[in-house]
Amino acid sequence: MRNRPLAAPDESLADLRLERRPDLLRLLPTGEWNIGQVPRLDVMLHGLQTERAREAEIDASGVSELDTAGAWLLLRTKNELEKAGLRVRGVQVPQRYLPLFQTMEAEHIAGPVRGAPPGRGLLNFLERLGRGTSHALGQGYGMLGFLGRITVETTEVALAPRRELPLPAFVKQIEETGVTALPIVGLLAFLIGIVLAYQGADQLRRFGAEIFTVDLLGVGFLRELGGLVTAIIVAGRSGSAFTAFIGTMRVNEEIDAMETMGLNIAEVLVLPRVLGLVVALPLLTFFADVVGLIGGAVMCYFDLHITIPVFMRELQQAITLKTLLVGLIKAPVFAFLIALVGCFEGLRVERNAESVGRLTTRSVVESIFLIIAFDAGFSIFFSILGI
Amino acid sequence: MSNGGHSDDVVIRVQGLVNAFGGKVIHDHLDLDVYRGEVLGVVGGSGTGKSVLLRSIVGLNHPVEGSIKVFGTEMVGMDPDELRGLQLRWGVLFQGGALFSSQTVAENIQVPLRRYTHMSQELMDEIAAMKLALVGLPADTGQKYPSELSGGMVKRAGLARALALDPELLFLDEPTSGLDPISANQFDELVRSLQQSLGLTVFMVTHDIDSLRAVCDRIAVLVKKKIKVGTIGQLLQDSDPWIHEYFSGARGRAALAGV
Repeated sequence: MRNRPLAAPDESLADLRLERRPDLLRLLPTGEWNIGQVPRLDVMLHGLQTERAREAEIDASGVSELDTAGAWLLLRTKNELEKAGLRVRGVQVPQRYLPLFQTMEAEHIAGPVRGAPPGRGLLNFLERLGRGTSHALGQGYGMLGFLGRITVETTEVALAPRRELPLPAFVKQIEETGVTALPIVGLLAFLIGIVLAYQGADQLRRFGAEIFTVDLLGVGFLRELGGLVTAIIVAGRSGSAFTAFIGTMRVNEEIDAMETMGLNIAEVLVLPRVLGLVVALPLLTFFADVVGLIGGAVMCYFDLHITIPVFMRELQQAITLKTLLVGLIKAPVFAFLIALVGCFEGLRVERNAESVGRLTTRSVVESIFLIIAFDAGFSIFFSILGI
Repeated sequence: MSNGGHSDDVVIRVQGLVNAFGGKVIHDHLDLDVYRGEVLGVVGGSGTGKSVLLRSIVGLNHPVEGSIKVFGTEMVGMDPDELRGLQLRWGVLFQGGALFSSQTVAENIQVPLRRYTHMSQELMDEIAAMKLALVGLPADTGQKYPSELSGGMVKRAGLARALALDPELLFLDEPTSGLDPISANQFDELVRSLQQSLGLTVFMVTHDIDSLRAVCDRIAVLVKKKIKVGTIGQLLQDSDPWIHEYFSGARGRAALAGV
């Protein structure tokens, strides 16, 4: 049914007859000059040859139907004939369409206004590159400013005893970003544990070193994968929710309403989210670590016949408390990044629906980028420290 | 305008309409006829279901019971393919304009053209410019995004989009709400002149007594879950307290001073 024409382009429905006399060109439209027929008539009229005529007449009194689209074609043709240097004697339309035609004639309809076409070439490429760079720098600068504002607000709330943290909002954020994420984080961590154990076992078996699959699992999951996977899931789940929520509030003028009431946006909207996620993400990461190891243990049992007690003993030798802590210490930093980017982009939403969508996407992409970049930074930092 | 009541001249026929939400009955066996070429104003207190009536007629809301015929076709229980044939013949202006915010005004007007016709982009641009001129917007409005327009311009642009396919029937949901009195008057005049020159039938939900007086041939009042229809003169004689209060209150008297 898509793009079905209004009516089948039947030749008999609308037509244009031409009468050529030595000096005079007569256009005789007939049939239904309505929006269904207009595309075909448009093509016919574009192919119109005036030849040697010096005068023209449009006699549309024979049309059986006329709507604004049809009337527009008559008017446009009249204007074009005049532009071509012909004297147009006038346009006749049936009596019942006279009000329509006169209204349209009175509007002095101008042609469409077209914007400048998108430029091409090297200069344009350079211009876009420059714009992009300046935009990216502006974005970074803005985010830095936002970071400063949040830090100041947090310190003030922490220092001033009377300005208490909005506790219910804080708890609600922990529930929304932490508790409700447990099933999906658990499922994915379990599956990644299985995949990691399977791949590790496959490679290590060649060297007869299957037992080291347990070391691979323990170190890999606790130090890197658990935290990274959890942070990426939460960025997609909660970071996007922050941007969409705050962005929709911006569209509805709720943010403006808050500001006029003297409410502090950073305190009411941003702080509970930042602090809630900073608490929730390390807990989620720990949960993911445990479930991931369980997934790995299950795979080791079925694939390598490593029993659970053997797995536990090997795990104990492979990892120390430090391995776990090195993984967990990154979680609050990731949480801070996700919440900061999510809220920052949400507050930048303009008052239209497209802006909410664009900035939500950007929020997720930016926070995942920052998570991975910071994770790399941590790796370098830890290796320098020799941890 | 002919109010002969012949079935040929009835564009919308609502019979025995029942609408209820969560057990609360909004419309209780409501009947209404809208005749070809008239402007019908629909008024009623808040929560009496003016917009629900409009939404039921255009198929956005499924009534509990009753029959709604538009152009003689039964709307209730109609399948989507059939509905599409009717959608070509009407245009709807929503309360907030409902322009697609990611598209320019010209692109908004071209949405129905693109969907239902095969025409060149050039012709679509011309038609969009023509519609803009028809609703009294400057030609460069076409390049703007809805967020750059004022409230009155959004309503006019919404009207231009509703008129894109030259419909026979036009639904307006509170077209003058949120406009200043001068813009509201201009909008009323615009609706009236378009209705006359294009031969439209207009179903207009409104709160604005000035609009009722300026534009509407007949007025339908939603009271006690039913509808009472008449001209302003007839309704002034009505004994219903809400109708009496509506037309005889301070605002009503001021607006009707010239009647």
